[in-house]
Amino acid sequence: MMFSGVFLKSKTAIRNLGIVGLALLLIGNYADWMGHHLLVIEVHKMLFFDNFGLLGNSIAFASTLLLVLLSGRDMEKVGHNLAEYYALIFFTLCGITLVTTYNSLLMLFLGIEILSIPLYILTGSEKRNLKGNEAALKYFLMGSFSTGLMLLGIAFLYGASPTGSFVIDDLWTARPAVSPLLMSGLLLLLVSIAFKVSAAPFHFWTPDVYDGAPTVFTSFMATVVKVSIFVGFVRLFDEGFGQNPGQWQIFVAIIAAATLFIGNITAVFQQSVKRMLAYSSIAQAGFMLLALLSLTGVAKDGILLYAAVYSIATIGIFAVLMRMKDYTFEGFNGLARKQPVLAATCTIFLLSLAGIPLTGGFFAKYYMLASVVSTGKWMWLVVFAVLCAAVSVYYYFRVIQAMYFKDGDGATELAPSAGFKGMLVLLAALIVLLGVFPQALLSQLQYFVYTW
Amino acid sequence: MIPVLLIVIPLACGLFGFLLKSERGARSWALLSSLITLAIALWGLSVHKGSPLLKSNVEWLPELGCRFAVGLDGLSTILTLLVAVSFPLIFIATWRTQYRKAWNFFGLMLLSQAGLMGVFVATDALLFYFFWELALIPVYFLCSQWGGERRIPVTFKFFIYTFVGSLLMLVGLIWIYWHTPGHSFAMADWYNMKPKIAAKDQMWLFWILFVAFAIKMPIWPLHTWQPDTYEQAPTAVTMVLSALMVKMGLFGVMRWLAPVVPEGTWAWGDTVSTACIIGMIYASLVAIKQDDLKRLVAYSSIAHVGLMCLAIFATTSIGMQGVMIQMFNHGINILGMWVAVDLIERKTGTRKISQLGGLAQKAPGLAILLVVVALANIALPLTNAFIGEFLLFSGVFTSTATQYNVVFTVTAAVTIILGAIYTLNMIKRVFYGEVNGVTAGVTDIRLNEKVALGVIVVLIIVVGVYPKPVLELTKETADFILSKMNYKL
Repeated sequence: MMFSGVFLKSKTAIRNLGIVGLALLLIGNYADWMGHHLLVIEVHKMLFFDNFGLLGNSIAFASTLLLVLLSGRDMEKVGHNLAEYYALIFFTLCGITLVTTYNSLLMLFLGIEILSIPLYILTGSEKRNLKGNEAALKYFLMGSFSTGLMLLGIAFLYGASPTGSFVIDDLWTARPAVSPLLMSGLLLLLVSIAFKVSAAPFHFWTPDVYDGAPTVFTSFMATVVKVSIFVGFVRLFDEGFGQNPGQWQIFVAIIAAATLFIGNITAVFQQSVKRMLAYSSIAQAGFMLLALLSLTGVAKDGILLYAAVYSIATIGIFAVLMRMKDYTFEGFNGLARKQPVLAATCTIFLLSLAGIPLTGGFFAKYYMLASVVSTGKWMWLVVFAVLCAAVSVYYYFRVIQAMYFKDGDGATELAPSAGFKGMLVLLAALIVLLGVFPQALLSQLQYFVYTW
Repeated sequence: MIPVLLIVIPLACGLFGFLLKSERGARSWALLSSLITLAIALWGLSVHKGSPLLKSNVEWLPELGCRFAVGLDGLSTILTLLVAVSFPLIFIATWRTQYRKAWNFFGLMLLSQAGLMGVFVATDALLFYFFWELALIPVYFLCSQWGGERRIPVTFKFFIYTFVGSLLMLVGLIWIYWHTPGHSFAMADWYNMKPKIAAKDQMWLFWILFVAFAIKMPIWPLHTWQPDTYEQAPTAVTMVLSALMVKMGLFGVMRWLAPVVPEGTWAWGDTVSTACIIGMIYASLVAIKQDDLKRLVAYSSIAHVGLMCLAIFATTSIGMQGVMIQMFNHGINILGMWVAVDLIERKTGTRKISQLGGLAQKAPGLAILLVVVALANIALPLTNAFIGEFLLFSGVFTSTATQYNVVFTVTAAVTIILGAIYTLNMIKRVFYGEVNGVTAGVTDIRLNEKVALGVIVVLIIVVGVYPKPVLELTKETADFILSKMNYKL
């Protein structure tokens, strides 16, 4: 992909190559999942391709494909090095694959690094944009710091494990007492991954980076990357520390509550839709953390459903946002009159993010809440999360109000093409479908989650 | 079969309505759809009770233990009937109101009808919640798009209010689901839960569910969204809100709260009753001071609903039947009030009572019809509300669930007097007295308005004189709910 820029002069050709590549990845992943292994490599238990990870991969690949199909043209506007951008996205996807399917802490570390470094570059890819440069530097410094913490955590865990192993299944087995070394390793890992998914209080980079990065890459970071790390996150805590949840649940609960609170409350005060979406992505991460807290079968179903639904909706909104001249709430005024299709689909995406029934977002949230309620503890957190969800309605509906009930010109940069509108309608239909029949996605993994 | 049709017809017609790009077409289409729904509802009335036509139960979300289960019993029959009767009346009464992009308006109206029907027929808790929200969303858009000047903030307040309530309810529903043996959302399983939910859990479970219903009704002190929203919403939507949506709250208590957490209901009965009484007195006093017709009717509605809620918590057979019949009556009566208010506003351009006067000379037809509705509003004998309120009061008076039954009855009865004051005062000042500049050019009502008000008046008198069929319809369900609430017996 990287070298295709040398051979291919036409931007369309590069884009098509990217699309084909993604489609191939998706097909390969699907084949693997169905049991047709195209390529068998001995990984020495470093990676473990179970359905959970593979489905996580599929969601990541499919979301990227949707992103490229919807917003590929906006990527061309970022700069001249289109082929490199695609190459970097593919590198990130490679990292994502490691993060979703790792079985050893080393692989987790490698995956996180492989997916982070291209993101630092993508964030700063608009070279002449000062804000972009600032964001990239900030992201890089803080990201490296958190990676360092992660490495330290892994080292602690390695030292604490009786057999000297990086394999996550062995981390807590045959261990009656909890040593301080193990606990501090665990907490360091928790902190560094919380940083990566922008959970409070490690979220400070998120608004600046999401705001400064070119919107198309913001969309990529906020959806594909974030949810994939979540899949890895759940995997780590489920297999590594799942036997003894009482020891660390309180930390996760605090992080989840803080994330929900800060994400939702700060989003209320934003003037720019892009920044609002950055905070909303923090808030949504808070909801996903609930799955980490409960770690039941319902939670693992739910996190995948959440990942898919959230990615689709957010990619859709960002795609519309990229077409707007003005990123503030006022910029959306009167969009419904100018572009009824854009406004209608955008409304469905926003309703889904707010978790209104008939959209996939409702069941995503439902699963999260149900999984925690089923554990019988943490009722205060559930009630708190629900109140935060009510707050989120405030800022999501501001966009809807602007589009439908306020007068304005709702200027888009250029008239959206029929294909673009068609894609948006397709995404909206997908969300409604998941809102009526969530098992369309979930039955795929039903049989395995409970027999795991 | 019949309940499914009741949901599907408005839903499908509503979705199709968005595609009609002519105002007249959309209007006629909506009326046609609502008439078909009414016919189906009447068919449901004629089918005998045990018939399989009244039920439907298909697989929906097997992993979640949730089924698409709907059914019609006495309670849901009377409420679906109310919904089915109201919508054609609303469409006829507001036939001449002009809307921008009318096809969207009527499409959304029909969608809200589908949501309401779903709420009343669902026999599965998650399905119930689903429709509960579904009824709200179209109303949000209707109010924000076609409402008055302050529509956006007011509607937003309303939406957030109800959304907080319903999310809390969702938490409660999920909690009960996990504590049902076999993890089920089915109503029958919830009613026959063994072992029962522990008493201390019922205490908080009651509130987490009740808040959602109390906001919808609304019960003091959660009523603050209501007068503003009624005032700002377009009249057709105000009718839906006050005649129908309010009943969702009462219905929720009777179907999903009292029989499921009976101990909590007993324990908090006095608290809730006191809030109802305070709300009734407060709303009646405020109504007396109102100058705006819409706000006056809004506050009078709070008072009436408070009485119904009070009677539910009295836990007597007669009171329970009174609630069911009064839900129907209140819906019809308040619909009549809104039709009249809307007419007055359109003809004179104002809703201020102080600016009106002498309308009876100019519009005698309107005056006669409205006086009947107003008399029903204060529950005079021979009107339907008399039957309803009589049952409610005797229910509260004979209640053994509370030791304060006499106090409750007496204070609640004060509101009848207050109700008579503000209603008759309104009639006097609007219809009698001198004709002034504002009312000089008023003409009498036209055919469509006569039809709508005429049907309402006929219903008022028929139910008032011969309530027996309605009482028979609701008897069995009332006793059933009571048998679940009286868990000690």
